[in-house]
Amino acid sequence: MLLEQLINGVTLGSTYALIALGYTMVYGIIQLINFAHGEIYMFGAFAGLFCVTVLGLPFGIALLGAMAFCMILGMSVERVAYRPLRGRSTRLSPLISAMGVSTFLSTLMVLIRGTNTTRYPEGTMMNATFQILGINISSMQIMILLLSAGLMLALQWIVRRTKIGKAMRACSLDLEAASLMGVNVNRIISVTFALGSALAAAGGVMVGLYYNAVWPYMGTMAGMKAFAAAVLGGIGSIPGAMLGGVLLGVLEIMGVAYLSSSYKDAIAFAVLIIVLIIRPQGLLGQKKSKKV
Amino acid sequence: MDSIFSQFLDAYTMRIIILIGINLILALGINLVTGMTGQLNMGHAGFMSIGAYTSAICSLNLDTPFLLSLFLGAVTAGAFGFIIGIPILRLDGDYLAMVTIGFCEIVRVFFLNFEPGGKAVGLSGIPQDTTLSFVWLLVLIILFLNYRLNRSRIGRAMFAVKENEIAAEACGIHTSRLKIIAFTVAAFLGGLGGGLYSHYIFYISPQDFSFTKSIELLNMVVLGGMGSLPGTVLGVIILTIAPEVLRVVAEYRLLFYGGLMVILMIFRPNGLLGGVRWYDVKQKWFKMKSKTTKEG
Repeated sequence: MLLEQLINGVTLGSTYALIALGYTMVYGIIQLINFAHGEIYMFGAFAGLFCVTVLGLPFGIALLGAMAFCMILGMSVERVAYRPLRGRSTRLSPLISAMGVSTFLSTLMVLIRGTNTTRYPEGTMMNATFQILGINISSMQIMILLLSAGLMLALQWIVRRTKIGKAMRACSLDLEAASLMGVNVNRIISVTFALGSALAAAGGVMVGLYYNAVWPYMGTMAGMKAFAAAVLGGIGSIPGAMLGGVLLGVLEIMGVAYLSSSYKDAIAFAVLIIVLIIRPQGLLGQKKSKKV
Repeated sequence: MDSIFSQFLDAYTMRIIILIGINLILALGINLVTGMTGQLNMGHAGFMSIGAYTSAICSLNLDTPFLLSLFLGAVTAGAFGFIIGIPILRLDGDYLAMVTIGFCEIVRVFFLNFEPGGKAVGLSGIPQDTTLSFVWLLVLIILFLNYRLNRSRIGRAMFAVKENEIAAEACGIHTSRLKIIAFTVAAFLGGLGGGLYSHYIFYISPQDFSFTKSIELLNMVVLGGMGSLPGTVLGVIILTIAPEVLRVVAEYRLLFYGGLMVILMIFRPNGLLGGVRWYDVKQKWFKMKSKTTKEG
């Protein structure tokens, strides 16, 4: 029972982690809380649905399609709403701009699809339950766990091993110095948004499939919790976001299972506040000393 | 007093004017923390909901007079602001923003499960005691106090913390005490606004005080110009009336609203009246005037 709940928690948590990675990467580079990220996740879920129902594509290709669509969406959002503000305003104005984008995108989806909850058609993904060592685990859970692990490893590979990843890390250390070293900062920021959005889209498709529900406001709560996960792990830190996401998912499921389901949405935030009071920089965040 | 107003204004206009007043009280609270002291507060709706529920429960169950329930609501919210302010104001910037969001969410979930608050259904039948003259009397008092605060030692210290916390500290300003003062007063104003709101709308539910509400209030301050008193007033007026005017475009309303926010930030990143120095404006205006008289 405990192990089963643990698996449920890790499954939920790995989708939080996928969304949280987008928050943390963008934050690491331009110190912006991208409030539109939850909406990109929602668009990802709908794009996947569109690929499956209208275009009739198999699941794997639909997932890739949704990721590609959200890459473009994320990059365009950055181009239209954040880039014109960069470097010439206080830190708050991009934040407000992000909230504007968030309102815009969720309303756009309401206008396209209505507020009703839709679902992926039956048989999009094989759904069988296995018993391994006496624990019930569904094929959907295995898929989510494997896929998110794969995506996170791929991200780690990009960030640690490729030239673009090196440039990203340079930008997150010091944007100005990186641009002096010949890094095309605007391009790197675009790439960061593209990567984060693709991960969010993958999360959206998987959550839509797992909970069998896709609706235009799904991004708000998921976005908030993923942001909480990113902050919990230490915002700006990629392993932190992964750890924070999984931890939050497990705590939430455990809270529902052993405490009360009516406080489900409060658990994540209560944990976050307690952790931040004890460790203000988050679990894996590095303490920055202020320089004058 | 109110009978005079109701002779000249129809119910719809009265409603908008009262809502502008309530939103102003709420927004002035955010302006104090975010606009003046520079600490991002994204959970104002949480304080608003504490005030709204406390005062509504007092009025409904304890039969306290309107003023007392309003006061109790505001004090409860202020006390919460003080209690959670002490640990969380150690956090800076975006961590603080996240904790205020989290606080607002926790308050919402709490009231969703709170028996005396009617759980998800909310409370209804709250006496409609909030009147136009009363709200605006409060608004004028708070505006005046805020105006005086801007010119006081504490007010200037707040602006100093916003501009540069380290420098402010080096100048001998007790920054954490100042932040807690700002946060507590803001929470008090949030509770006051919430109490007025519940006694005007006479129906409240946890859904009314979600994260979206906090953002809506924050937008008012940012739109007008952070830390600017005339800016906050302007922002509140525009954003309270905007949904009514945009009713013409019906379901596209929020689409426009979101789009306008982005466009506004691109063209006026500091808000409409942010960074406008009234002294300079006055000087320019008077110079122009004196020039014309000379030529004349």
